Amino acid sequence: MLDFLYGHYAYWLTIVLVCIGLYGIIFKKNLVKKTIGLTILQISVVLFWVAIGSKWGATVPVYDPDIPVADAANYLNPLPHTLMLTAIVVGVATLGVAFSLLISVYNRYKTLDEEEILNEIQ
Amino acid sequence: MIETHLPALIALNFLAFSVIIPLFGMWRVQWSQPLAVLGGGISAILSVYGFITYVNDTPLRYFFGAWEPPIGIEFVYDGLSAFVIMVINVIAFIVLIHSGPISVKEFPRKRMAYYSVAMLMMLGFNGMVLTGDLFNLFVFLEIASLSTYALIAIGEKPAPFAAFRYLIIGTAGGTLFLLGVGFLYTVTGTLNIIDMTAMIPEFADNRAVITGTILIVTGIAIKAALFPMHGWLPDSYTFASSSSSALIAPIGTKVAAYVLFRVILYLFGIEWADLVIPLTWIIGVLASIGILYGSIMAIAQNELKRMLAYSSVSQLGYIILGLSLANPYGFIGALLHLLNHAVMKACLFMVAAHIRMKEGHSDISRFNHTYRKKYPWTMFSFSVAAISMVGLPPLAGFFSKWYLALGTIEANSWVFLTVILFSSLLNAVYFFRILEKVYMKDPFADKEIPDDQAQPDEVKPSMLWTTLTFAAALFLIGIFNVAIVAVLLNIFPA
Repeated sequence: MLDFLYGHYAYWLTIVLVCIGLYGIIFKKNLVKKTIGLTILQISVVLFWVAIGSKWGATVPVYDPDIPVADAANYLNPLPHTLMLTAIVVGVATLGVAFSLLISVYNRYKTLDEEEILNEIQ
Repeated sequence: MIETHLPALIALNFLAFSVIIPLFGMWRVQWSQPLAVLGGGISAILSVYGFITYVNDTPLRYFFGAWEPPIGIEFVYDGLSAFVIMVINVIAFIVLIHSGPISVKEFPRKRMAYYSVAMLMMLGFNGMVLTGDLFNLFVFLEIASLSTYALIAIGEKPAPFAAFRYLIIGTAGGTLFLLGVGFLYTVTGTLNIIDMTAMIPEFADNRAVITGTILIVTGIAIKAALFPMHGWLPDSYTFASSSSSALIAPIGTKVAAYVLFRVILYLFGIEWADLVIPLTWIIGVLASIGILYGSIMAIAQNELKRMLAYSSVSQLGYIILGLSLANPYGFIGALLHLLNHAVMKACLFMVAAHIRMKEGHSDISRFNHTYRKKYPWTMFSFSVAAISMVGLPPLAGFFSKWYLALGTIEANSWVFLTVILFSSLLNAVYFFRILEKVYMKDPFADKEIPDDQAQPDEVKPSMLWTTLTFAAALFLIGIFNVAIVAVLLNIFPA
């Protein structure tokens, strides 16, 4: 049981972060805090992908004549990590769009509280 | 060159134009709309040409940089993607022609940015349809979504707030999709859809694959506004500028529905998708609830664009319901409805744009019988699209509902059949309410509105003719539905 908890610690971390992120998105009333929750959600998925790409006792995926390439366990799988570079860039772009929208919202309503804005729209 | 590079050219053409438009737009801002029309036109012509040439051939697989999958990324141009690409590009082309006068009136200083972002959005949608790689699909999904948020934010006062809420919900959906792809990748070790399809039978009852499937379907369903994940849609479509809603409403949710087709019918195949959990049954039930909920909410709305937005939630339900039936009739009905609804919704949102432009509002309670005299052709297009939405022959809407109904009968799903028929009645309620206001005098009006003061006051020809094109297309699709169905029947995955 302890082995199960310890052996999957990266996945437990992902679960905790996903929950924190979803909590922030759903329950926080301030729009900036919602954005922070969204970022935490995205980062949790990035960490999940990074975790599935790592291996104990393996080296970086650069060919070394001393380490036989036939045994795949000797090398890390680089693909998940490189994919996550793209996903991080997507996350940064999303943040950029989110904050520029928030500036526009603030200029129009002079507040970033969701309920106040909803009251004003209705 | 066109033959070998066709799939890439269709999508990347939009990328080129999203750069060309700012280059020329900084110099002469009035060039941005014609350039966008040119870009949309090139892709529309290429996709129509590709559809005619390749629809019955074996799928065209385009390897980027000649790296063969699973190492490289590929575009898959098969019957289904050729059909959807043709629909979205032709619709976008016509809507872009229509958007010219609106852009001058509603956001004159943002025209260059608007058309550049619109091109980026089309790149994202085309990429989502064409790509054969799950991670690539995520990237295109985010390109399309980020551009959609920007387009929605150009609009009325609450538009940025609506766009922000859509951003939060939509990005959460995209993230869930990425997490699901991660689950599938850990089990199969590949991201290529065709490669993964070959491996699914071995792992179909693996818990990670099931979790991944649920996450992917949830993430895409948020983008497709499947009930109960439709919350972002009404506000976004209502507050966005008229040209944005006419561009996004017919295309955005359809592409997400297409991805659901791709994942459920092609990546997994029906029997593997339903092996452990009744996935198609669940989305069928959600779609049915969405059909009824969307129609009832549409009846309750007093704003034309908001009513059309709720009607979109309902019509998306038809497409997903057809998918969940998983038989040839349901598949044909769903794809035909994808085409019909794109044409009908584009036409209806364009009419809403005309009314907003001329009257300054689109408040249904303020519609009156002078509109019939003032905007005869606009109201004619509206009537055609509305009657097609209700589903009267020979208009297009009847035939897609007919095939969906046949599909439910074949699947012995009598509840779903009832939902389809009952929802047609609800459609009639909310559309005929407007037709009544426009075509009949209100006998209980406080003061008589004189007829003779109303002179024909139509919008500019470029807007009027594009709307009429869609109205005519509804007749043509209805009359030639047998030919379209024959093509669609070949696409159904055996």
